[in-house]
Amino acid sequence: MDQFTLNLLVVGATFALYFGIAIWARAGSTAEFYAAGGGVHPVLNGMATGADWMSAASFISMAGIIAFGGYDTSAYLMGWTGGYVLLAMLLAPYLRKFGKFTVPEFIGDRFYSGTARVIAVICLLIASITYVIGQMSGVGVAFSRFLEVEASTGLYIGAAVVFAYAVLGGMKGITYTQVAQYVVLIIAYTIPAVFISLNLTGNPIPALGLFSEAKTSGQPLLTTLEGLVTDLGFKSYLNQSDTTLNMFLFTVSLMIGTAGLPHVIVRFFTVPKVSDARSSAGWALVFIALLYLTAPAVAAMARMNLINTVYPEGVQAAPLSYEARPDWVKNWEKTGLLKFEDKNGDGLINYVGAKDANELTVNNDIMVLANPEIAQLPGWVIALVAAGGLAAALSTAAGLLMAISSAVSHDLIKGQINPGISEKGELLAARISMAVAIVVATYLGLNPPGFAAQTVALAFGLAASSIFPALMMGIFSKRINSKGAVAGMLAGLLSTIVYIFLHKGWFFLADTASFSDSDPLFLSIKSTSFGAIGAAINFAVAYFVSNASDEVPADVQELVESIRIPKGAGAATGH
Amino acid sequence: MADKSSSNAYWRANIRTIQLYLVIWFVSSFGLGILLRPMLSGIGVGGTDLGFWFAQQGSIIVFLILIFAYAARMNKLDKEHGVEE
Repeated sequence: MDQFTLNLLVVGATFALYFGIAIWARAGSTAEFYAAGGGVHPVLNGMATGADWMSAASFISMAGIIAFGGYDTSAYLMGWTGGYVLLAMLLAPYLRKFGKFTVPEFIGDRFYSGTARVIAVICLLIASITYVIGQMSGVGVAFSRFLEVEASTGLYIGAAVVFAYAVLGGMKGITYTQVAQYVVLIIAYTIPAVFISLNLTGNPIPALGLFSEAKTSGQPLLTTLEGLVTDLGFKSYLNQSDTTLNMFLFTVSLMIGTAGLPHVIVRFFTVPKVSDARSSAGWALVFIALLYLTAPAVAAMARMNLINTVYPEGVQAAPLSYEARPDWVKNWEKTGLLKFEDKNGDGLINYVGAKDANELTVNNDIMVLANPEIAQLPGWVIALVAAGGLAAALSTAAGLLMAISSAVSHDLIKGQINPGISEKGELLAARISMAVAIVVATYLGLNPPGFAAQTVALAFGLAASSIFPALMMGIFSKRINSKGAVAGMLAGLLSTIVYIFLHKGWFFLADTASFSDSDPLFLSIKSTSFGAIGAAINFAVAYFVSNASDEVPADVQELVESIRIPKGAGAATGH
Repeated sequence: MADKSSSNAYWRANIRTIQLYLVIWFVSSFGLGILLRPMLSGIGVGGTDLGFWFAQQGSIIVFLILIFAYAARMNKLDKEHGVEE
């Protein structure tokens, strides 16, 4: 059987599974549509949260980023997991006790302000829409590479599948589909890693293989890799090159950004009890950690395999000639994500650290997808990785579309425009806004704005600087009032946007940027790390404005008292 | 409804727990993984040092233990203060 048929079979089987679940889990009420009826077991909810959270960025990009960035990029590993500790202790149980459907609804009620709710909706929409573009274009790339259809056709197929289970099933359909998608993606990530770890170190557990001896050299794998990259003149894999301040702030930004992303927070509205919200965060991290503990091993081993492929006789000898390049190189050259330019005209692939002499550029995003081909694994493993990448992108896209549609139908239409809307009418509005969101996301996936990658920094920056501080202060302080919250959110939001635009260009038009991305004038703090400072500004402004204005009304103080204790939590309601 | 003083005591106990756990959270990631790494460079772990391990794997394992420990501790506190569901 050829590779194309295998890919088609494996991806087709997983899609049939998602469709089946969509038909089985249709939503009948707004409670089922927004919060899966509040009846999802914490372990299953944790698994669904894992799939929801682990996007194309975690599955496809992260190991590639670490493979080329080494120690400096540990911020992704710590940041994207450490946020769950904050969720479990600072947000999830209390928001579950509050018992409503959406994040803006809590902000609106707690700060007794429609303005606060609308600001929260705006932050949510910007963060979620920018994030969903990346998922949709990821779907297109995976389809075009593995199923040999046009990227646009792939995108339509992907959008149709999401449409089926998200619009029909709402949160209920999404949750159960995500459980299936988690299983697909974790198997797809782990199996090639196990093979590669066995090849290189003889240890079947990749997370342990990373710290074992490499078979070829008899030295520890990491020492061997460090020797290879430094011999070729690349930056060190093990030592720190970034400034400590920037690495620290970047990790903080990713952590509080994770805890503040609305599509992750709403996952904790779907469990039956407050105590389930706490343990569900733990289960989510268990399922996320299965991938995240493997990722640094995949990264180091992929980098080593890449170097060994280019230098089959060792890095002291001559590299491979371009004519003798393996098939996977030819396949990826077609996508433009891997490029060879024979600068010195010797016909050899000179892969070295010095920029003007290096002839091979490899995009971060292909390391995971090409990994099984680089390691010459069997065809079904390659098909599995294709299905896994699609599962990661589709599950996250569905979660984001859910957050977008509930913000529009519940917070804008029911909350602001037409409070008297019937449950049936609201359900219809939710489905229509979901369908519109899918069309918009598909359009943007087909015509991705040039700045798609950079907007992810914006999504995290906004979640970190506006949503996380507002939620935390709403729960832990009875003194923060509506004026303080609105002023704080706006200050955090605007300072972060301005800082990103000053460094990346206004609306990401590069020639309008005033500073380089690690300008010493700003202590070399990159725009991706500014969310932490935006959050600090938010906290400070909210504190001072609240203390200079009126007390919080007694009924809102009682609301805060009541969300702090688990007793009396019912299922999530819309009233 | 639990009376005011017992729910205040419950909340104070929760805050103390959170503070302690956040210290551990901070030390295992920002501390051992970033700020204190130069001081730990003498302790070798499979071809690199302890700080590298904490930054890439150790912190994640500590996070996992922290969340389940917090969930168990809060279930106990819920019962002690009579505020469980």
